[in-house]
Parts: sequence; C-alpha cells; structure tokens
Amino acid sequence: MIPSSFTYKRAGSAQEACDLAAEYGEDAKYLAGGHSLLPLMKLRLAAPEVIIDLGGLRDLSYITDQGSHVAIGALTRHHDVEHSELLGRGVPLLASAAGQVGDPQIRHRGTIGGSIAHADPASDLPAVLLALDATLIAQGSDGSREIPIGAFFEGLFETVLEPGELLTEIRVPKPAAGARGWSFQKFTQRAIDWAIVGVAVQGRQVALVNMAGTPLRAAAVETALAGGASPADAAAHAAEGTSAASDIRASRAYREHLARVLVSRALTEAGSRG
Amino acid sequence: MKVDLTVNGKDITADVEDRMLLVHFLRDVADLTATNVGCDTTSCGACTVLLDGESVKSCTVLAAQASGHEITTVEGLASNGTMHPVQRAFHEQHGLQCGFCTPGMVMAIVSLLRENPHPTEEQVRTGLEGNLCRCTGYHNIVRAALAAAEVSS
Repeated sequence: MIPSSFTYKRAGSAQEACDLAAEYGEDAKYLAGGHSLLPLMKLRLAAPEVIIDLGGLRDLSYITDQGSHVAIGALTRHHDVEHSELLGRGVPLLASAAGQVGDPQIRHRGTIGGSIAHADPASDLPAVLLALDATLIAQGSDGSREIPIGAFFEGLFETVLEPGELLTEIRVPKPAAGARGWSFQKFTQRAIDWAIVGVAVQGRQVALVNMAGTPLRAAAVETALAGGASPADAAAHAAEGTSAASDIRASRAYREHLARVLVSRALTEAGSRG
Repeated sequence: MKVDLTVNGKDITADVEDRMLLVHFLRDVADLTATNVGCDTTSCGACTVLLDGESVKSCTVLAAQASGHEITTVEGLASNGTMHPVQRAFHEQHGLQCGFCTPGMVMAIVSLLRENPHPTEEQVRTGLEGNLCRCTGYHNIVRAALAAAEVSS
C-alpha cells in the first residue's frame, strides 16, 4: 500500500514549519514520527496534498527540569520519554506509559507531540497527560499560546490547534506530595496493541483511554474519591459520563465493564505507591 | 524528489516519488530484497531495518524522511563473509522455519541487544512484541537472542 500523491516539504525550523502550514492551509499536514499519520495515508483514510516533515527540528526534542514542571519538546520520541531519568524519577506515570506505546520500533519513531496532536482517543499518552494536567504550548505565525490539555481535544482526531499552529512543548507539573501515587492500566489485544480501554491515575486524578471521542477525565470517580469513597466504590462510577463506541473489538457494555475493573485496579495500585 | 541515503555503508542518491516508502526504496532502488513487506500496516515487523542504529519499520517511514540518515539492512550485518552473532545464533538455535520474518527479527534483536546487551528472557519477549512469526512459536527465536547476547558478552 502506498499513500496517494503528495508534495513533501522538509521544515528547517519551527517558524518555517508554521509558515509552510499557513501557506498551504487545510491541504497540509505536519509529519512528526509519522506512525499515526502514515498508516492512515496508506489506507487512504487521509490524503493531505502537502506533507510538512518536522523530522529535522532537532531543537524540539528535549526533556528539561523547570522546577515545578518538566518541559518536553513536542518532537521527543516515546523511546526517549521512556528512558528519561528525570521523568522516571519525577513523573513515572508518563515514563512508564510511554514505554507501553506500540512496540520498540514504533517508540523509536513516534513522538509525544505527534501523539497528542493526532488526538486519537485510543492513544495512551493523551489520557496520561490529561491525568497529569499538562499544559501545551502552540506556536503560530503570531507567537505562542498556552493551552490547558483539558481544553485541547475537541473530538475524534480534532483539536483546537489552528491551521498553521504547531505544538512545540508539553509542560508536565511534577506531582505534589500526597498525589504521587500513580498507575497506568491498559487492556489490549497483543497483536494490535491499541488499548480497548486504558486508565491513567495520578493521585486522585483519573483519565480514560478510548471511552469517548476524546480522552476524558473520569469526573464521577474523582468526585467519589474526594468524598472519601474507597477505590472499589469510586471505580463503580467509571463509566458515568462516557460514550464508548461499540466496534469489532468490544461492545460498549464490555468497555464500560473494563473501565470499572481497570479504574479499580489502577486506584489500588496508585494507593500502594502513594 | 532527490534523496540521499547511506545504506549498509554505501551512499545512494536517487530521484524518487515524494510518497515512496523506505521499504520500497530498499527493495526497488537499492536492490536489497532481503527486507520483506509483510503486513504493510506497522504490525508485523518483517520490514524492520536500522535507522541510525535503531530498529524501525521501513513500511512506515518515507524514503524522504530517511534522506541524510544511515540505514542498515540484514544484508549489511555480515562482515567479510562472517555472520553477525545474531545471524549465527539463528542458525545454531534453529530460529526460523519459513524465514519470512527472519530479516526483521534479526534486525529487531540487533537493536534490542545494542540497547540492552544482557536482556532477560522476559525482556527479549517484550522487546520482540513488534515482530510476528507464524511458524516457530517464538521459542527458538528467543533462544537465539539470548545465545547471541551470551556470545557477545
């Protein structure tokens, strides 16, 4: 399978990438690691006329300690997030989840920014960053803006990024004392590896993978926890407010069941690490 | 568009379609046909090669993305007629039956052992989750990886 024809452009800087995206508008797509976009293009589910390759923007690959938060360049690969000592120590939820994305070959190419901007609700890292209350930095032709991750995802594969805007950095707050318990649970079919359902827990913040058109926080679970509910009692609320799909791999009812089971396991594990 | 790759130590410059995939560049332009196209959907790992020393699935990389980078295929592992330790271990441990997944398996293991020279059996099994084999049941492939690690130590 090969993608339909497109024109390939390689950006030499973030500014050049934004300028190219502004020039080509809706016809253009950014290409980071390509491990979400290229498979869609090969299946002809996506057919951008212009590809703007960000692979040369090495200065957007970094993980730095900023005191209260860790700053991660959008083009940092899953492999580098997984093996970062700083994240392993300060934000182990993210390092651990990055090490469970796809397989080693995919982690050698796929990037954290690409995963977030692609906005597939079945992807692991969008929900993980939602549980961590990350802040995203987007650069446009007129400068940069901060976007709280809770306001970033609009729908299936849709975000608030404007054509011409480029996600450049992810800022992850270091969990505070008392909120350091964490867990990442996902239920997959090994040969495919996308989560049928996944759960990320940081302290008392709980986010769900693949339970709606966007990643989402399990608000009813968080409310129950704030009211003093046990993990098992809080987890009973895991499917409230969700709108999981029924598809060839799982019915909606099965996904709702999985969400309750996995949230219970995740809260218990997070409690043991707190 | 013009691309310029180093494949198994040799510079190859070619004019290719913007949409050409790395695996097709290797097979059709560089004439290196050991790298197989399996599932063509980033699942099976048959097309695994090294890009700057790390395993990638060449069905999901554009030749244009690889321009300026170093690619190693299974043809580039042996030196002076001597098999690479991972190749030798596949031979000695009977790590293949039909052989279709083998080039990708070998390259995935070469990358795995570079990152983790002394993996446990579990780490080998997890490290090969991106490579499918429909013949062996994986046991001899895992033995080959462990044997290659032993030899290299």
